[in-house]
Amino acid sequence: MAKKQVLGIFRTADNAALATDRLKEAGFAGSDYTVLTGSPYPEGAFGEETTKHRLYAFPFFGAAIGFSVAILLTTGTQVSYPLVTGGKPIIAVPAMAVITYEGTMLGAIIMTILGVLFESRLPRAVMGLYDTRITEGYIGIALNCPEERLQAADLVFRQAGADDVKHQK
Amino acid sequence: MQDRAIAGQNTQEVDRKINQDLLGNVLAAPMRFWLLLGFLALVVAMAGGAVGYMVNQGLGVTGLHRPVMWGFMITNFVFWVGISHAGVMLSAILRLSQAEWRRPATRAAEVVTVFALMTAIMMPIIHSGRPWRTLYWAFPYDFSRGIWPNVRSPLVWDPAAITTYLTSSILFVYVALIPDLAVARDRSTGIRKAIYSVVAMGWRGYPRQWRLQIIAGFLLSALILPVFVSVHSIVSWDFAVAQSVEGWHSTIFAPYFVIGAVLSGVSAVVTVMIILRYLFKWHDYITSDTIDSLGRLLVVVALAWFYFFALEILFGLYTLENSELALRKMQMFEPPYSYLFITFLLTAFVIPVPLWLFRSVRRSFLWMTITTILVNIGMWLERFLIIVPGMARKGDLTFNWSTYHPSIIEILIVIGTFALVGMLILLFSKVAPLIPIYDVKEGQILRDKITIGKVDVPAVKREE
Repeated sequence: MAKKQVLGIFRTADNAALATDRLKEAGFAGSDYTVLTGSPYPEGAFGEETTKHRLYAFPFFGAAIGFSVAILLTTGTQVSYPLVTGGKPIIAVPAMAVITYEGTMLGAIIMTILGVLFESRLPRAVMGLYDTRITEGYIGIALNCPEERLQAADLVFRQAGADDVKHQK
Repeated sequence: MQDRAIAGQNTQEVDRKINQDLLGNVLAAPMRFWLLLGFLALVVAMAGGAVGYMVNQGLGVTGLHRPVMWGFMITNFVFWVGISHAGVMLSAILRLSQAEWRRPATRAAEVVTVFALMTAIMMPIIHSGRPWRTLYWAFPYDFSRGIWPNVRSPLVWDPAAITTYLTSSILFVYVALIPDLAVARDRSTGIRKAIYSVVAMGWRGYPRQWRLQIIAGFLLSALILPVFVSVHSIVSWDFAVAQSVEGWHSTIFAPYFVIGAVLSGVSAVVTVMIILRYLFKWHDYITSDTIDSLGRLLVVVALAWFYFFALEILFGLYTLENSELALRKMQMFEPPYSYLFITFLLTAFVIPVPLWLFRSVRRSFLWMTITTILVNIGMWLERFLIIVPGMARKGDLTFNWSTYHPSIIEILIVIGTFALVGMLILLFSKVAPLIPIYDVKEGQILRDKITIGKVDVPAVKREE
């Protein structure tokens, strides 16, 4: 069954929350729609479903990679050019600790950033139905809707107080 | 009862005003912006000429000579690394503690970090006199000749730490910038819109994206804070692990450098914020309250710094070693270093800290500009007084001792770095907002006013 997007534009958070309630009453699942805002609202303000993410795993993975690369780099350079200093071992652990620490942190931070982008589903080549008024304080509700229910969705949005309803062409 | 700091009848009017105010410079910069940018570019060009001349003629055109081989450029390196510290530190601590007044301050602080650090890293490269040769000292790429970096040298630790900090700071700024780039995308047209669309990466602003954005702010803050501490510690070890220079081999150097960096960095952020406030007329965003809060923070940081400063001197004297005592005597009582020492102490602590105790001073933009600039004059001199006197007395043979006079080339390069940081901040403000738009908007949503008895008390709603 072909689906099209419908975007309801609301002036207030109360109207947007009302619209999500009406969508549920009309038989739409929580995964069918998403709320678009220009600034963060408290979690659950629109009765939206909280989705799980695995962002916290990314820094650990990155730290492990960074640590390994740093150990390889510091050991490799010392072994490749063995320079005995004061009769001490070639592999100087205290000196390596500094670079290994930085490598570990760098790996963790880079992977965290990649994790944020991955979990946020960015970059996105196709933005889908959108309205620039969203970054002007309006609240958008983007609904994936079967074609035969487009009229019903439009009605739900307008009854909930939408300022405008846009349809995917 | 909703209380909005930004005037407007409803959310849309408030958001429109915030967009206009904070994106104003991005979309149409005023004439004074271009005049200031042109002036700074001219100074940077002069400093660039000085660098070119020095590279062409050799280090002989500087005031460096045996035994003082570290002078203005290394002082400037330590200074700019210090400035870079406040930014992300300030932003990270304020985010983690959910301080409400952080909202207008975080981005400017982070941007100061990035550009100060870029400038700092240029200093030792220029100072080497042969910039193109420095890469293989730090990065293992010279496979054909089998030349590898010596990981036991602090001169390799420095690039490792600074590269980590710079990369992290740039990524930190970029991730927090994505929602604001989307605002710029929605407000621009033509080629500019196409560019903003690419860098905003298709941001739409749905709850999952916002949630991850906020978690990322906390998570990255927590990850960057240990890096920030490590960077200036490692810079201090450039000195502290050297046993041959009197006054450098000190165990207290790492925390002393870190706290000094925080003092100079937070001061720089205050100066930059006040200048931006006047330049872009951000009177509704950078308020007396913001500056007052930063002033209180500065009092605490300055007192902590003074504690470490006093300890460093006390334990230096406590050894009763003749050479150490002679160095301290030279630093504090023998001209020209004594004049610099008195100026440093007056400007970094004695004048500003008592003034900051007065609420009227902390809330005055003029006084805060003057005092924070004074602090950075003092902190620059502090680094000079750590580096140069020690080197001037390096070695036991008195006929090897010398003094240091910076050449015009070094002076031009130092002045040029200040212009460079200013110019880069201005250029950044032309492509992205220096105050986080979405953060200010969120502050407006959560802002409230409660009535207790006969008074209205400003309040902020917060999620558990």
